[in-house]
Amino acid sequence: MEKRWTSTGTTAPMTTLSKDKMLIVKEQDVVPFRNRVKEYATRIGMGLVNQTKLITAASELVRNMLRYASGGETLIEVISKGREAGIRLTFSDKGPGIADISLAMKDGYTTGKSLGLGLPGTKRLVSEFNIQSTLGEGTTVTIIKWKNG
Amino acid sequence: MEKIPILRMGPFLLVTIQVDLYDRLALNLESDLVQAVSKTGARGVLIDISAVTIVDSFMGRIIGNIASMSKIMDAETVVVGMQPAVAITLIELGLPLTGVHTALNVEKGMELLRKKILVDGEEMDVDRDDSADDDAE
Repeated sequence: MEKRWTSTGTTAPMTTLSKDKMLIVKEQDVVPFRNRVKEYATRIGMGLVNQTKLITAASELVRNMLRYASGGETLIEVISKGREAGIRLTFSDKGPGIADISLAMKDGYTTGKSLGLGLPGTKRLVSEFNIQSTLGEGTTVTIIKWKNG
Repeated sequence: MEKIPILRMGPFLLVTIQVDLYDRLALNLESDLVQAVSKTGARGVLIDISAVTIVDSFMGRIIGNIASMSKIMDAETVVVGMQPAVAITLIELGLPLTGVHTALNVEKGMELLRKKILVDGEEMDVDRDDSADDDAE
């Protein structure tokens, strides 16, 4: 059974301009991953505040992957939709999955020892947020930050 | 292993974070600082994060922890030099860092610490001999 939680549905065509895969298996991978995201964000001319929001969101999601699924794979893409350019990040893990996504999206809810800000906080920082999880199989989170979004 | 240096300046401990912190480094800093407070009897801890471009909820929690731990060891913590983009992001993330004193820069942070200690009606005396300097490597 697959559960979905989508914040914004868009139907307009999106084009991927370039992509890059990175494996996250240990906490030392977090900083290089953040740097890579920053590189891409700088390349499309994203402003400092949006860059900081995107990288912070990415950092939260990568940490979740490490904490709950002992790592996973990330995909960094430069995308465009109409005139707008943006960065799309995909985080896929083969962890235990999330039993109740709407609960996980609530501020202050946590099963680990965190503050429970990760998912809902991350959603506030980005333009689009999508999470899919299947119990026992894993979780995939996709976020998009538009350059001027 | 990398280490964040903790400098002693009179009754204060000074920490300048110049690199992006990964988890282990941040946790080490937390325990090093609390131990340094205990060893030196420092009355204030000043953390300069002006070179830090990303503070996520984990880092925010570490900063909060350092402040609370220092507090119960009778030392005040002030975080200085936060970049505007970091401040905006922290608030949207939902991490207002309540309980942590902040100041715009090191100078104002020092001033704040001095005031806090003087308000307590005590002299700023800390024993000056000591082994504590070993920690500042």
